[in-house]
This record gives sequence, C-alpha cells and structure tokens, in this order.
Amino acid sequence: MSSRAIVFIIPVIVIAIFWLMARREARRNPDPTRKSFFERNGKALGIVFIALVAFWTLFLVALPYLYMVVESFHPALPPTKRGGPDDVLTVAQYSSFVINPIGDQVNWLHMKALVFSILVSMAVTFLNFCICYPLAFYMAQAGTAQKVRLLMLGLIVPYWVNEILRAFSLRLLLASKGLINQALMGIGITDAPIDFLGNNTGLYVGLSYAYLLVMMFPLYNAIESLDKNQIEAARDLGAPWWRIHWDVVIPYAKPGIASGCTMVFMLSVGSLAAPQFLGGPRVLWFTAIIYDFFFQSFNWPRGAAYAFIMLVVCIALVMGMLRLFKVSLGEAIK
Amino acid sequence: MSSRMIMRGMIGFYILLFFGYLFGPLVVMSITAFNTPSYPAAYPFEAFTLDWFVKLWNHRNMMDGLKNSIIIGIGVVAISVPVGLAASIIMSQIYHRARSLYYLITISPLLTPGVIIGISTVIFWRDVLSVTDVTRSMFYNGMVLTVLGQASFISAYCLLIFMARLTRFDRAQEEAALDLGASYPQVFWHILLPFLKPAVVSAIVIAFLTSFENYNTTTFAILADKTLVTVLAGEVRQGTTPALSALAVIIIAISVVGAVLYEVVKRREQMQAERAQRQAILAERGEVAAVA
Repeated sequence: MSSRAIVFIIPVIVIAIFWLMARREARRNPDPTRKSFFERNGKALGIVFIALVAFWTLFLVALPYLYMVVESFHPALPPTKRGGPDDVLTVAQYSSFVINPIGDQVNWLHMKALVFSILVSMAVTFLNFCICYPLAFYMAQAGTAQKVRLLMLGLIVPYWVNEILRAFSLRLLLASKGLINQALMGIGITDAPIDFLGNNTGLYVGLSYAYLLVMMFPLYNAIESLDKNQIEAARDLGAPWWRIHWDVVIPYAKPGIASGCTMVFMLSVGSLAAPQFLGGPRVLWFTAIIYDFFFQSFNWPRGAAYAFIMLVVCIALVMGMLRLFKVSLGEAIK
Repeated sequence: MSSRMIMRGMIGFYILLFFGYLFGPLVVMSITAFNTPSYPAAYPFEAFTLDWFVKLWNHRNMMDGLKNSIIIGIGVVAISVPVGLAASIIMSQIYHRARSLYYLITISPLLTPGVIIGISTVIFWRDVLSVTDVTRSMFYNGMVLTVLGQASFISAYCLLIFMARLTRFDRAQEEAALDLGASYPQVFWHILLPFLKPAVVSAIVIAFLTSFENYNTTTFAILADKTLVTVLAGEVRQGTTPALSALAVIIIAISVVGAVLYEVVKRREQMQAERAQRQAILAERGEVAAVA
C-alpha cells in the first residue's frame, strides 16, 4: 500500500509550501491593516469554510485523481492479493495500449479508437460552432429584448431533457423503421431503409445534438458584450457582412468561442450515451472501451490507465489549440 | 431594402431550422407516447392512448430509480451548495500566490470527462472506505459514491454561480455595517448571505437538476444501485418502448412549466422594479418641489 500512501502526502506538502511562503511574506512586509482569515470571518465560520473546501478540493477532487493515476501503475489483481508481494509498480497497463498483451501485436484497435473519438469530436465541435454562431450573433446583437427572452426560453427547455432521452428521441427518428426513413421511402428517394445508426450518422448527429447548447451560451455571452457601435462603424466604413464577422465579431468573441469549443470537445470525447445508443455495432468509442474494462473484464487499473491517457491527450490537444489561436487558458475557462 | 428583406427571411428560416433541429426529435418522441403501437411510432397515428403512462407508473425499477435519484439529488445539494459558497468566499480571500492553483483545482472537475470523475471516485473511495469493516459496510455503496462523485463537479458549478454574484457585491455595504459596530460573522449572516440569496436559490435548482440527469459519472459510481437515468439507459439498450416516450413527455412538461413560471416571476420582478423606480423619481421630484 506504500505507493498508494504517497498520494496522501502530496497535498500536505503543497499546502505546507504555500503556507510557509505566506508566513515569510507576511513577516517581510508587515501590514498592520491586514486581517488574518479567522479574524476576517470569525473562528467558527472560518473553520467551517476551510473544512468544507478542504473536503471538496482534497477528498473529492485532488486525491481521487492522483489515486487513479497511481492505481493505473499497478497490476490488476483480485482483492485478496492487493497490497501483497505481487502488487508492484508497473507500466504494463500503459504498454498494453501500444502492444496488446494478448498475441503481442501492435494494438491498432485501441489506438484507432482514440484517434477516431478525437477526430469525430473535433468535427462535432466545428459543426456545432457553425450551427450556433448565427443564432448567437442574432440573439446578442440583432434581436429585440423580448424576442431574445423567448428564444432563450426555447433553448433552455430541451436542455433539461436528459441525455439518454434525447439520444432515445434521435434513435426513434433515425431507426430503420423511423420517421426519416418512412419519409424518404414515402417520397421515393430510397427503396430500402438507410441504416443511419449502422453507418454512424446517428452517432455524429447525437453528439452534435447533445452539446449544441453547451456551445450556444458561451458564444452568446461573448458576443453580447460587444459594443454595437463597432459593428456600425465597420458597416459605415463599407465592410461587407462577412468581413464584419471575420475582423470584428470573431476576434472579439474569441475567448467565448474558445470556451465553447473546449467544453464541447471535452464533453464529446468523454461522452458515453451517444456512442452506446446511437453508434453502429462496430463503432469503437474510447470511453466505451474504458467502460468495458470496468464492467466486462473487471480490469480497473487498465481502465484507469486508458482514462489517464485520454485525459492527457485531450488536455494537450486543447492547450495546443488554445496556443494556436492565441487564447490564454484563463480566458477560456472563465 | 429588398436585400434587407431577403436577409430577414433568411434569418427567420435559419431560426426555424435551428429550433426544428432542437425540438423536432422531442416532438416526434412525444407523439409516440400517445400512439398505440408497442414499437414507438409517430406515423401512422393509429389511436390515442394513455396506456404507456400507466405502464410507466407500474414500472418498478424506474420508480425505485426515481426515488434514488431524488435522494442523491438532495444529498448533492446538501454538499455542493455550502461547499460552493465557502469556496467562493475563500476564493476572494486566499493568499494571492496560491490563487491560480486553487482556481485550477476547483475548476478542473468541469473540464474532466464525467467518466474519469466516476472512475477516480470509485477507485479512491473503495480503498479509503475499506480501511475499517464498519465504514465499508456502511458507506461503500452506490448511493454514497454517486453523491460524492457528482458533488465533486457540481460544487464547481455552484462556485461559479456564487462567484458571478459576489463580483457585484458592493464592499461599501460591508464597511458600513462594520462601522456601525457589526462583527465580521454578523456581516456574513445579515449582509452577505441575504445578498447571495438569489444565487443560493439558483445553485440549489441547478445542482439538483444536474445531479438528476447525470449519466457519465453516475454509471460508474452507482455500482449495484440504480438511478432513474441508469434504469433508463438499461431500457434503451435493451430495446425501445413508448413508456420511455411517456417519461420524456412528463419531463418536458415539467421543464416547460418551470421555464414559463420562471419567465412570469422574472417579468413581475422587472415590473415591480420599474414601478419602484418611477415612484422614487416622483417622490424625489415632490421633495424638490417641497424644498423649493
């Protein structure tokens, strides 16, 4: 258990370092008007605040993440053998992502699934941006207050129908006996039903549909604060409509666009419902592979390793994209 | 002028398409809830029926799941709202060099895929709760783990809600209270908390709803228990029945009513604010006239 115990020491060290830094700074530049945390909030409240936040940031956020990473460097063992002599540190779970331990072959299947999940999520992110941008712009700049309120209401209602039921509703539409196929065959465009779920159309539509509003609200918030006079000025100077968007609105709304895109991308890569209920039988979504490690082969360390790989790759991608478009992380996650 | 009309028409058409995309599937699903065929179909509409709602009511698993979802939701609200409030106050007072790390840690659950939150919660608490047999038998179950897992990211939502409200807090109010002899805890209870009340209400509503409809984290953390959403997922995986559509109809109806109520309340508040402002202006004029 010793390697796992290290996890509990890390936060203690981090907190101690910051505490010592604060003490030293306070001693160097004494500021008599400055009140300590407990003077500022009263002892009882101060303790409650710190206890609540410590419980959350340590036991619900930092420690579980660190613990998952440590667990991924362990072999999968039955409960009785955990902590025993076989329970050594190993990178076997990570190497199994590259070389499949069964058959000793390059693990193309899982690598392809990761690349596929990421590429599809990027495409979905871009698609949702294209779908949402015009309406976000209209609501933020062109519409009257009353109309905007009504549109907002229309946006919020479907948002509270949960993910599973939304996937279900799309399945009803796209199934081979579904309304769209009925319509297509009724008009005579096709004779046989098109297998939308089998060819992954369902998956793409489902992902886009599920995270449409996650893109909408940050875009709307960003464009809303743009001064209308800037658009007027550009128009008076003779800019065509597309230049107004390209040179005025989009650069201004960049942080909002970045935050919408980051959220849609992360949610889409991590989504479980759409691939499970709308994907074809042969679709290999990366989170679905992780799910199977947990519920079918009961190999939790390998599932944890795969989850960590996914997290690192996605964060690296998001950071790379943000750097490419010159947005700081702080702006994007505001 | 005519190009303007074309533009307008295009915007109207686009909005129509957008909301068609958003509502179309929900409308079709709602129709299937009232149609008789056991395979959910909107067309042809054979006969009107309410049987699927009865079936839904008699669906044991779903009703058990619903009960668990509500209990979990209340648990999550009980943790996340106080935590979010405390975290937002600490955010405004924390040692400045630690602030960016603190911000990163508190916001990270929002950017972490729910699947990973679920996995890490289960792996971590399995070992922590297994330290003694008593804690293991008492707390190592799906309900507790789901509350913990969901609270980890829902607290971050609450934090953001409180932070947004706190930035509009007028420090002068606090100073006035302190000058009048109030203690800091009194300022918190009598000035800050009443000011934050709207944020508390929206944090409670959003925390509960987010918990209620969560799937990714729950499906890992719930272990052998079930919530409404995990039961639903099982049903959808097995096949399709109009009883699911019936459930969707109920959820849609509740959210429509909620949204309309919210709108009415908001409009009334706005009208009251306007009336108060008008009266204030009138009163001021009256005073000015009296002085003159």
